[in-house]
Amino acid sequence: MTYIKPIFRHPLLPKNKVGFTKKDYEGAISTLCAGCGHDSISAAIIQACFEMSVEPHKLAKISGIGCSSKTPTYFLGNSHGFNSVHGRMPSVTTGANMANRDLIYLGVSGDGDTASIGMGQFVHAVRRNVNMVYIVMNNGCYGLTKGQDSATADFGSISKASKTPSPFQGIDLVGLAMEMGATFVARSFSGDKSQLVPLIKAGMSHPGFAFIDCISPCVTFNNNKGSTKSYSYVRAHNEATSLLDFVPEEKEITMEYEEGASKEVVLHDGSVLLLKKLAPEWDPSDRLSAFSKVQEAKASGEILTGLLYIDLESKELHDLFGTTDTPLNTLREKELCPGSEALEVINAGRR
Amino acid sequence: MNTKTINDMVIRFANVNGSGSASANDMFAKSVFRMGIPVSPKNIFPSNIQGLPTWFDVRISEKGYLGRREGIDVLVAVNPATMKKDIESVLPGGYLIYDSSKVLHEDYIREGIHYIGIPMMAMVMEHYSVPRLQQLFKNMVYVGALIALLDMEMEVTRNIVKETFAKKEKLVPPNFQALDLGYNYAKENYDCPINFCVKRADKIGNKIMMEGNAAIGLGAVYGGATVMAWYPITPSTSVAKAFETYCKKLRIDPQTGKKNYAFVQSEDELAAIGMVIGAAWNGARAFTATSGPGVSLMSEFIGLAYFAEIPAVIVNVQRGGPSTGMPTRTQQPDILSSAYASHGDTKHMLLFPSTPAECFEFTAQAFDLADYFQTPVFIMSDLDLGMNEHLSPPLKWDDSRKYNLGKVMSAEDLETKEFGRYLDVDGDGVCYRTIPGTHPTKGSFFTRGTSRDEYAQYSENGQVYVNVVNRISKKWQTAKSHVPAPEFYQKENESKQGIVFFGTTTYAALEAMDILEGHGRKWDAMRVRAFPFNQEVADFIASHEKVFVIEQNKDAQFRSLLINELEVNPKKLEPVLVYDGKPITATAIIDKLMN
Repeated sequence: MTYIKPIFRHPLLPKNKVGFTKKDYEGAISTLCAGCGHDSISAAIIQACFEMSVEPHKLAKISGIGCSSKTPTYFLGNSHGFNSVHGRMPSVTTGANMANRDLIYLGVSGDGDTASIGMGQFVHAVRRNVNMVYIVMNNGCYGLTKGQDSATADFGSISKASKTPSPFQGIDLVGLAMEMGATFVARSFSGDKSQLVPLIKAGMSHPGFAFIDCISPCVTFNNNKGSTKSYSYVRAHNEATSLLDFVPEEKEITMEYEEGASKEVVLHDGSVLLLKKLAPEWDPSDRLSAFSKVQEAKASGEILTGLLYIDLESKELHDLFGTTDTPLNTLREKELCPGSEALEVINAGRR
Repeated sequence: MNTKTINDMVIRFANVNGSGSASANDMFAKSVFRMGIPVSPKNIFPSNIQGLPTWFDVRISEKGYLGRREGIDVLVAVNPATMKKDIESVLPGGYLIYDSSKVLHEDYIREGIHYIGIPMMAMVMEHYSVPRLQQLFKNMVYVGALIALLDMEMEVTRNIVKETFAKKEKLVPPNFQALDLGYNYAKENYDCPINFCVKRADKIGNKIMMEGNAAIGLGAVYGGATVMAWYPITPSTSVAKAFETYCKKLRIDPQTGKKNYAFVQSEDELAAIGMVIGAAWNGARAFTATSGPGVSLMSEFIGLAYFAEIPAVIVNVQRGGPSTGMPTRTQQPDILSSAYASHGDTKHMLLFPSTPAECFEFTAQAFDLADYFQTPVFIMSDLDLGMNEHLSPPLKWDDSRKYNLGKVMSAEDLETKEFGRYLDVDGDGVCYRTIPGTHPTKGSFFTRGTSRDEYAQYSENGQVYVNVVNRISKKWQTAKSHVPAPEFYQKENESKQGIVFFGTTTYAALEAMDILEGHGRKWDAMRVRAFPFNQEVADFIASHEKVFVIEQNKDAQFRSLLINELEVNPKKLEPVLVYDGKPITATAIIDKLMN
């Protein structure tokens, strides 16, 4: 796009631990529709990365095709980005991750990109437990081709393009991810930054596949009466499971919660996710109770948000493979090439 | 009395798939190799694990003819289901070796061939009690009989048995016994040798026997591949298997015991190539191995790698198409679909190995080419080369060889030089790239399949687009002098007519040339080893009045590629085509050249 942001910076902008201001995490001006939920998610990503003191070059952002997949242009302008092909972000990210295990991988996808054309790659990235944050900007429709229903459009939901209630069952990506053995499953709402930012941070700290299904209303094609992915519907039916606070490793936990109502989730890197649970009868580290809670909410038409499930014993793909700790893309002849002597032995064995 | 034919014959083993015959047949072929005589074993097998017919042809040729030859001199017929047809394939004066445990049905009696009955099943039932072992040792019984009938050296085969079962030593004595059962029965009941015999020679030198797929897997290890992503498909699967097997031996970090490679069996071919592209974008050498149907599935991604300029190495072990086609038969049918894979104006580098040594070398080289030119590179093998053992020069590696990672900017470079991802700084069409994670604030860019300017910014400006695709064409021109040059079989042109071939067609083509030369007919010959075609290829065609293009597909795809890329008059290029799924023969080529 020709839109270029002014590069003027206030000299007193606060810097994070690695010396960057929040502006350093921004990208080009968005070309999405005004009011698009996706822009709020981009803002949450910027906020989370700034607060986490992520060095911009230590993160790679990868997407597929669609409105959602355009967003990596609009955040983290100092990070490498890859806008790949439709529905194939998971495989590109898996390959990138194999090449260098030291970067943070942020995969951005949409409901068409993930629940239709990319369904196969999505479930296989889940079961491989690729170390990445996978955000679905879920608006229930194909915005870029003018609003056709997507596979996450709920049964009976009406969009501006379809005008009639969807006759098909909507695919619940959260339930699917849990079924596939995901080790970190969350749902959020683009309009709830206070919940989304800590979830993204926790996802980045999680060693393995961190899935965030983020309901993100399409203001142009699916924000009408009768839609279950409109701002007003989601606000009315959002049932947050907990209030969240992300505490980095080096900070002391200062907040106090009522006994029994809070849970400290100590993440792999030592940081802590404080959950102030609003529904005390279930435990997000217990797959069975989490799964039934998700199913109950679905049956009653509620949109359950927050951290829904986390496996604290998660082993990511490199651990499952037993790959060396050194990023593979830094290995050279010395480590990789067995040399002529070894080849002579192989030749001899072939005679 | 017939004169004996020495070191020139085809022996066919007609077996049932899954009966364990492959290992015995391999030992037979290896015995011939160890006796110093060029040998070419070809497994003709069904898409099946157990029960369907399978044939194993062993061509023995002191002259070094390694292509397939029609007509069977000695048939070991142990599959009743195909026996009638198998017997028809025996040449007059040839031999049928059969299991005489039961009387041979009169339908199977044919004039003009010799019958040798060995009571294989009866003997193994007498000596071994376990049914599975009876089946396995029956195969060794006919190998033993062949050693006697062809006057081979038993000690050579016994040594191979010892090496094969080095880790299961208790299997050695019963295998020896089975060999002896067949050997002794043949000696006692027939005049040995028969009219065909195998005599020690010195025609092997330092050559090795290897499958092309194993050589490719090893070439990827030596070439520095760290990420392999693949999906099982015949006939490419053993490339993945070989890469993994060699990595387990050669790529384990000695300090930690951890793996200096990642080996991902993906959910399909789309994911396989996606992983390769993701890994290569992130600075690792990555590859996949597949066959025609897999390349079809990968096409969208291949276009992305081409246009976004990301290295990728794709091994295409070709098989009979179209569609599922003949999945266990050989062809060269993916020339055009690989050269021009994906929508829009795309063109890809192809390398055509014809021996295991070239499979090894070209694979290692493919990573240099892919990295340097930032584009997909195909290794175009086929089922015949990939899955059969071929006599080959030994594999070679120069320890001073360095990987050419191409134009990659370091953090220091970014401090001192201007970076534009698609800026043609050197004028050769090849731009500088950066790997994610290099510099905190410099050198990041957005990779995309959409059109963009020299600084990787999205653009729909027509002129900007034209500049990009023209610059990629310039890169293609540069590549012509970097890919392997053709091989010629004459010092300078001697004939007005030429022949062109590539890959496994080479074996039959060289044999045909040799035979025709004996009859006073001489053609100049060129073996093409890469696409884009180098200047030498264009010159060879320009300097001959007529050129025969020999290939193994119906539509003369390689000929089309020559016409299309070199703007040759189609009338000048005469197609010589064989596409029945079996490796091409010299006879077929001679027939077409002479008509």
